[in-house]
Amino acid sequence: MSRMGDPGTNELLSLEDLQATTGFRTGRKHILSILVENKPGVLTRVAGLFARRGFNIDTLVVGPTDDPALSRITLTLDGAMHPIDQVTKQLHKLVNVIKIRDLEPEDTIARELAIFKISVDGTQRAEVMQFVDIFDGRIIDVTKRSIVVELAADADRVKAFEKLVRPFGLIEMAQTGEIALARGRGET
Amino acid sequence: MRAVDAIMHCLKAEGVDVVFGYPGGANLPTYDALYDAGIKHILVRHEAGGGHAAEGYAKASGKVGVCFATSGPGATNIITPLTDAMMDSVPVVFFTGQVRTDLLGTDGFQEADTFGMTMPSVKHSFMIQHPSEIPRAVHEAFHIARTGRPGPVLVDMPTDLTRVEIDYEPVTDVRLPGYQPTTDGNQKQIRLAAKALANARRPVLYAGGGVVNSGASQPLRDLAASERFPVTCTLMGLGAFPAPHEQWLGMLGMHGTRAANYAMDEADLIVACGARFDDRITGKLSEFAPRAKFIHIDIDPAEISKNVPAHIPIVGDAHNILARLVEEYAKLDTDPARLTDWWERIERWRAQHPLRYDDSADSEIKPQRLIEALYEATGGDAIVCSDVGQHQMWAAQYFHFTEPRKWINSGGLGTMGFGLPAALGAQMACPDQLVVCMSGDGSIQMNIQELATIRENDLPVKIVLMNNGFLGMVRQWQELFWERRYSAVDTGQWPDFLKLAEAYGIAGHRLTEKVTLVADLRAILTAEGPAFVDVRVTKEENTYPMIAPGGAARDMVG
Repeated sequence: MSRMGDPGTNELLSLEDLQATTGFRTGRKHILSILVENKPGVLTRVAGLFARRGFNIDTLVVGPTDDPALSRITLTLDGAMHPIDQVTKQLHKLVNVIKIRDLEPEDTIARELAIFKISVDGTQRAEVMQFVDIFDGRIIDVTKRSIVVELAADADRVKAFEKLVRPFGLIEMAQTGEIALARGRGET
Repeated sequence: MRAVDAIMHCLKAEGVDVVFGYPGGANLPTYDALYDAGIKHILVRHEAGGGHAAEGYAKASGKVGVCFATSGPGATNIITPLTDAMMDSVPVVFFTGQVRTDLLGTDGFQEADTFGMTMPSVKHSFMIQHPSEIPRAVHEAFHIARTGRPGPVLVDMPTDLTRVEIDYEPVTDVRLPGYQPTTDGNQKQIRLAAKALANARRPVLYAGGGVVNSGASQPLRDLAASERFPVTCTLMGLGAFPAPHEQWLGMLGMHGTRAANYAMDEADLIVACGARFDDRITGKLSEFAPRAKFIHIDIDPAEISKNVPAHIPIVGDAHNILARLVEEYAKLDTDPARLTDWWERIERWRAQHPLRYDDSADSEIKPQRLIEALYEATGGDAIVCSDVGQHQMWAAQYFHFTEPRKWINSGGLGTMGFGLPAALGAQMACPDQLVVCMSGDGSIQMNIQELATIRENDLPVKIVLMNNGFLGMVRQWQELFWERRYSAVDTGQWPDFLKLAEAYGIAGHRLTEKVTLVADLRAILTAEGPAFVDVRVTKEENTYPMIAPGGAARDMVG
């Protein structure tokens, strides 16, 4: 670390050294549920803290809660380069942040919404529709040569469905990030 | 009344007696309201000067500093002082004008996204969206700036919104559900800390700027007196503990004393209070204080275990916690003799490695000698506002501060150009005290325009320039670590600082003679009005001792 720590000496840095100390993604996936005041700039402040510490945000969803003064940000990080508690402590310092939870994936119900536009001709249509059925999806638009499917599920399930229908000709898809609540009676 | 008039009411309710600022198109309404509001305004000559002056005022007085700037370039000019205040936890509220709402986001004249650009550098900021929000925003800004870990707060106000007539009702509360700093330390943790101290055989108290901010200098001294605990302070903490004191180890860190750094290295217990284990303190983190357990007292939970894992973290106000730690410690049955060996070891370091330099054989003034002379000439009774560089480190080493808020400098951000405006701010806060601006020939020119502000307001600030014709600290690093390839560090002969001082209407003096230095300084410092003293010192002198960048305390050089 020392040779990385300071620009003040003329020791030559190798790219390998540099890569050894940065850029690693370790640790588990994090789902952070952040309750914030519904005020301008809050999202930028939250996102900025992650950027500053070099975290890459995988998904991010912001929406209202039952209290119009509050919004919930649900944010996922797929593995972190540093321990995440430094960032959560910094998040707590933001004046507009009310509450943060680093949700344990196994104690969490998480859902994302995806819509898929799939190219289908007559013979394939039935097969795709079967998959839609198995995945509890819904067909929300049909044309002669395509269908649009809506799927609300956890991230793994959405990914699995995508893999299945891709060979048929996935024209395009849109997907939200995860929204999540803790299991059980208690508040998230 | 207009929203801007309400702002003046709010400022008065917050006890503001002086504002530092610079007017422009987008804050014309604010300046119109200021015209007969009965609040003193100091017109600086550059917004950066205004921000640093507000910092100097805040640091010297312990009150919240206030700075006004206009939109666009006015706002971008305050980003440096804003960031400086964030790094050193200085309570300052910045009010910036903004283009009118229908121009927002259109690249209007003098428009800059102030709110967006300053976001990573503020403790909090407000973008006014409705005129009726303004009074509450002002009070909340002051509340946030001064409470918890102090810091800068920005209020950005589109000019049209400030001109609107509002129903002004004095605001007496704040509504900040997400902002509730912990001030009371946990009793159990404090008791644990007292026990750990009672068992420690090689303890060190390590105090930072947080002790100064919380006014915890007295309880720190009480704790030290509980059992002859050795004390060291960071650059920001100097004065929290009296420097000429039998238990004082000197400053620690990159240019700290060997006694302080070696004591940290061998300590078995370190009580960090209002300090954040900055890289200039720890050096090589993996070799920092390898034998120590850490009690970490800080009001900011995000500082706990950030760089060094804390064994006993205590979140809260330093004054609150230290005072209770003293009480808890007094209840314990302790053995003072357990520290005897430790003090013997410390005494040996002190005897072997005092701060020292080779004085010149001729009349040449060594930079260290200049600081000693300044200390002698003032008897230590001065507020010293320093700029950034070698002179700052020498001042920290050789000027011995006995009280907090006497040493004002830019630590975290290391902002050249801080010293002169900070000195004018400190002089506004403390009109009856001697304020010395200790600067270098590099730093001083970064906000030299504030000489006009000093003269215009008859502020008796004494500027002492350590002039070596180099950007000394960079030169030192190039000498030590870059094979003496002096790249862009020679500042040459210009300007002629005496003529410059004269142009600003300030008495200029040039000192080159070592023997009469103290007497000359004394005469200048006791004269009325501002003075500018250009002291020619050794050109290539290095600041020692030093922990080389990335090195460990054990490997100090010089």
